[in-house]
Amino acid sequence: MTAMAVSDVIITNEVGLHARPSVKLTKLAKSFPCRVEIAMREEGPWIDAKSIVKVMAAKAPKGTRLWLRAQGEQSTMAVAALTALVERGFDEGGGHDGAS
Amino acid sequence: MTGPARISGQGASAGFARGPVHLARRGGRSYIAKSTPEQELQALHLAVETAATVIASAMGQVSGDAADILEFQLAMLEDGSFTEAAAGIISSGATAPVAWTVVLDAEIAGYQASEDASFAARSADLADIRDNVLSALSGDSAATIPPGVIHVDEDIAPTRFLAHDWSTGGGLVLRRGSVASHVAMLARARGVPMIVGIGDGAIADAAEALLDGQAGELLVSPDPVQIAAFNDRRSLSQALQRDADAVASDPAVTRDGETVAVLVNIADPDDVDRIPIVHVDGVGLMRTEFLFGGERGLPDEDTQLAAYRKVLAWAEGKPVTIRTLDAGGDKPVAGYTIPEDNPFLGMRGIRLSLARPEVFRVQIRALLRAAPYGALKVMLPMVSIPGEIAQAQAMFAEEAADLAGAGVIHRMPEIGIMVEVPSVAVTPDRFAGAAFFSIGSNDLTQYVLAASRDNTRLGALGSIDDPAVLRLIANVTRFGAENGVETSLCGDAASDPEMTSVLLGAGLRRLSVAPARVAVVKAAVRRFVRGEQPG
Repeated sequence: MTAMAVSDVIITNEVGLHARPSVKLTKLAKSFPCRVEIAMREEGPWIDAKSIVKVMAAKAPKGTRLWLRAQGEQSTMAVAALTALVERGFDEGGGHDGAS
Repeated sequence: MTGPARISGQGASAGFARGPVHLARRGGRSYIAKSTPEQELQALHLAVETAATVIASAMGQVSGDAADILEFQLAMLEDGSFTEAAAGIISSGATAPVAWTVVLDAEIAGYQASEDASFAARSADLADIRDNVLSALSGDSAATIPPGVIHVDEDIAPTRFLAHDWSTGGGLVLRRGSVASHVAMLARARGVPMIVGIGDGAIADAAEALLDGQAGELLVSPDPVQIAAFNDRRSLSQALQRDADAVASDPAVTRDGETVAVLVNIADPDDVDRIPIVHVDGVGLMRTEFLFGGERGLPDEDTQLAAYRKVLAWAEGKPVTIRTLDAGGDKPVAGYTIPEDNPFLGMRGIRLSLARPEVFRVQIRALLRAAPYGALKVMLPMVSIPGEIAQAQAMFAEEAADLAGAGVIHRMPEIGIMVEVPSVAVTPDRFAGAAFFSIGSNDLTQYVLAASRDNTRLGALGSIDDPAVLRLIANVTRFGAENGVETSLCGDAASDPEMTSVLLGAGLRRLSVAPARVAVVKAAVRRFVRGEQPG
């Protein structure tokens, strides 16, 4: 049994965890073999980060502190990668041409 | 086999198509219940897979917003959560379509109830997902439109229009629908022939048919004489288009030597990828509704800025007129517009923007930040009293001061208005606070004639060449010319080469047209001689 990796990060992009950010988050989560979960509070409830239906249903707006945890193979990498994605504002348009 | 049948509707997008009729069937109705819950569940899994395959194959053909919508829908379909919830309902005896509808309707209601407009707006995508799977379940082919057919449907979702490859020909015939719908705009932009409002008359599936999008006519099982006449009209139109295309980049100059500016209407930033900038004198109308709701929720400031900058960069210094959000009326935005009994006379356009300043200010800031990157003009829709211009200008000034305080690069664009409410067209002098006028002939016509433009029964009433409408257009144009207020027209009439002489006769020298119509309108301008036209 590998250790549980945990992290937390503030959602900074304007629209929060809506369609495109959720697509990116779940895609990234699915690229790891371990179980990856997110929560809006440290004590849960925890949501399967690989399910876009469940991630979208959380309706997390900008400013939410998002908790991330993973257990299993590559769990540390998974949490680090997801945290970085949220920190980068999901790579949403930063005013670059053609980024729409 | 029955004889030839002539079916009339309203022309929504000009062009000719010849091919077999393809009748859409609605999901659910023709579904045959399976004998065990296991078989129901299996049918559901298969239908979800089919719907996902259709979307996946469509993704290769689109880019930008359209691709984002499809990617989101695909991800939702591939997620097992909906099927899992439906499986529970199926095990208690429901059929697959009933279970799927219950699960998706509950999900849709949850999104619609969201306080956050971005989330609320996703309900349209979920409705699309629900319907695509229901179509696949009933074994009909509504989810996929075979190439080259004339597709006959009640109405059609923009995503389904986008998912079909129209490059192989074919056309679209809607029993209801509206010439002002998003799909109609997409069809005009891409040159797909389309007619709307044909009603419920019987049409033989798979029958040979001819579609004339200009005349608003569908000929089913035509006789040889009708086929010959259709071929003649089509060749003539194609020859005119070819001739016009050959000189599309030349300026539009009348036979009297007057230059007419021909600009383009765009509905989506990606539209410009298909338009050579040398063909047009700029963008006369960039809509922003489709950047907003329906497809991806209310966009943040940076998303809007990126979209505006993309078009400004493409325009290479030519003017780009961006219209602030014109939601309401026949363009609802989930989570933003308000359901009303009479939406065309209610909260729409600038009225809604002023009532929802928190949404409007995001757009204002994006526009102010985009302005330094080109010749940006901002246009306010549905202005009906001068105070609305002043209020909007004040908000622009406040946001500009705020950006200046924060040291953010920005510039104040020209702020003009749409002329589409009769109060403006009758007394344009009262609205001289606007930097420019752009006549929205579709709405102006429906308001002058009190004929709703989405009511297909009133087709003959809502005509722009009604003398009352033309006199108002001339009134606005004359005021603009005498007082140095630039005046253009961006309604559908500008895209119709048969209307060009009428509009130029009313004094207009600036037209903004659908992308597929630029060349033919320029050609019509070149045939115009002042004084040859009545009035």
